[in-house]
Amino acid sequence: MQVQSMHFKARVGQKLADVRLQQNLKILSQRWTVGRANAITELDDFEATRDEAVSRRNRALQQLDVWLEQFEQAATARGTKVLWAETPQDAARLVVEIARRHGVQKVTKSKSMVSEEMALNRHLEAAGVKVVETDLGEYILQINDNEPPSHIVAPVVHKSKDEVSDLFARVHQRPRLTDIPQMTREAREFLRPHFLSADMGVSGGNFIIAETGSVAVFTNEGNEGLCTVLPPKVHVAVTGIEKVLPTLEDLATVARLLPRSATGQSISNYFSLLTGPRAPGEQDGPEHAYVVLVDGGRSGLLGGDFQDMLRCIRCGACMNHCPVYQKVGGHAYGWVYPGPMGSVLTPAYTGLDQALDLPQAATMCGECHVVCPMKIPLPDLLRKLRERQMDRGLRPWPERMALRAWGWSARHPEVYKPLVRLGSRVLRWLGGSSHRIGANRWLRGWTQTRDLRVPKGPTFKERWANRSR
Amino acid sequence: MKVALFVTCLVDLMRPEIAEATVRLLESAGCTVEVPMSQTCCGQPGFNSGDTATARALARKFLEEFEGFDHVVMPSGSCGGMIRRHYPELLTDDPDLRRRADALVARTWELTTFLHEVLKVSALPGTYQGAVTYHDCCSGLRELGVQTQPRALMALNPQIQLTEMKDARACCGFGGAFAVKYDEISAAIADEKIERIHATGAPCVVMGDLGCMLHLEGRLRRTGDAVTRVLHVAQVLAPEPSERS
Repeated sequence: MQVQSMHFKARVGQKLADVRLQQNLKILSQRWTVGRANAITELDDFEATRDEAVSRRNRALQQLDVWLEQFEQAATARGTKVLWAETPQDAARLVVEIARRHGVQKVTKSKSMVSEEMALNRHLEAAGVKVVETDLGEYILQINDNEPPSHIVAPVVHKSKDEVSDLFARVHQRPRLTDIPQMTREAREFLRPHFLSADMGVSGGNFIIAETGSVAVFTNEGNEGLCTVLPPKVHVAVTGIEKVLPTLEDLATVARLLPRSATGQSISNYFSLLTGPRAPGEQDGPEHAYVVLVDGGRSGLLGGDFQDMLRCIRCGACMNHCPVYQKVGGHAYGWVYPGPMGSVLTPAYTGLDQALDLPQAATMCGECHVVCPMKIPLPDLLRKLRERQMDRGLRPWPERMALRAWGWSARHPEVYKPLVRLGSRVLRWLGGSSHRIGANRWLRGWTQTRDLRVPKGPTFKERWANRSR
Repeated sequence: MKVALFVTCLVDLMRPEIAEATVRLLESAGCTVEVPMSQTCCGQPGFNSGDTATARALARKFLEEFEGFDHVVMPSGSCGGMIRRHYPELLTDDPDLRRRADALVARTWELTTFLHEVLKVSALPGTYQGAVTYHDCCSGLRELGVQTQPRALMALNPQIQLTEMKDARACCGFGGAFAVKYDEISAAIADEKIERIHATGAPCVVMGDLGCMLHLEGRLRRTGDAVTRVLHVAQVLAPEPSERS
């Protein structure tokens, strides 16, 4: 997927002015924050479960190469072909090759954010393969001229029911429906024939299990089962190399946190553990099973300042609780992953200079860290990215100069003191008799959206010096 | 008890009356307050902007200025979070500085935490009257666990009626330099907070950090609310100024 993150600032105004988007985001943020808060109370000891999951994910990452090799061996022993891709483009090429090898005409696809990194649909279609998204949200986006997802769990969360009603009526050429079960039934009618006629199914993989060579997939619609088990002769799972868990027990621990943190569900409606192609005597499963493991910048995070980020299990809690995401939505972030996790991953995977705004566009409120089931210190990681931007001279020069001047004076009290006194006087002068500064071009960043009430008298330290005298 | 006041750069310049209220509170609780005059800023603006070297230099400066006191108190959860949570990590490469930072950090307090947990005050001479709602400022809440302390202190004055707003712990949209760099998003977040403040019917919103106060007050006024007061928790808790100050 093309990185558009450099347009963050330009997109923000448009997103804030979009009344419908603002309503939709408000509903989302309410529903999911409350849902998660309720769901985590079901666990006897949520904090201990979190700590346990964190240490299990850390264990996996500390010896990532070992577990990945073990996964490859176990999966190969069960007849799965494991393929490695250094870049998302390599991964897309591998999937296209698989499709060609098996003479695939049509692919049904279950939701996968890694496939978005790969721009897989575009690559397959360029190779003459028809791709049908079967997750309801992704289906809606696909029939809406391949709109990108705006959330990693609920890709179409930026749209209201009304917008989907209009879209279905237009694309399906049927009478406009407004009842959600009826609309879902209509989508199902359109999807069923594709499930039955597809040659290949593509899914993501929430986790891969080293000890069994399995791919674990959590969904709510069951479409993934139809993509992987029912008719297609080929199943391809694409996922990131960091998604490996050593054992099924690790999976059980993490599975207690994922749906609760994501959608506030105790457990997702469907869960599949896919282990190899259909074996002799088995009733279902694909004839050929592939797992494509994508690096795409992940190995570059190992052993460095950002390794914690690799624990991420893609629940979306950080964005659901992010005050900035709640206002601008996912599209503003301009790449595959939005919200706080995206503000770390986008620069980490696509380049620091590709996404200058993202690490800055955070209030550092810390709620993402509070709700992250994997305790990823997202604000600290964003701050480290800011530090790198500064070190590499990627911030605008007036900002760098201002910081340098401030930093120097703050270290020199004999300079700082008169400057602050002067500042106080200038503010009071600007405030005039109303003690207030309205829109002011010299203080544009502050005063374009808010007033500034100026101090009424001298600084505290001036007053204190007088009192002590 | 000898207590050093860390005024914070923003309070010193923008709302000296908050520091004065803090002094009155501490003195009424029996503390002797001193104000080291060479103090400037805790370094948070640099730290959050990626200028770690300046933040580290200011951490050392703070250490040298405040080490000699029994306790250091400040009317801010965000500067408190900077010092308590981030100074030790900033100074960790030098074992001596790290040890000194750890020792000082353990005696460095956000105001309401100091009053409630260290001094364990059971009465306050404050005379504020009326209904208020309380906004939990992010850094104090999440880095220092400031949540029950201000509420417990306000409850000591029966003339203060606290009405909780919905999602009091949600960010107000200030975020330091964020407020200036992304002012439209910042204002949109504030508007939601303001909606919740208004829904309580309280004529006054109280909080513990001046950055959030300036932001919310500025947005309230710009959007046509000329009356809702925005006060620091120290101003609500403190006694009226006496003749001397």
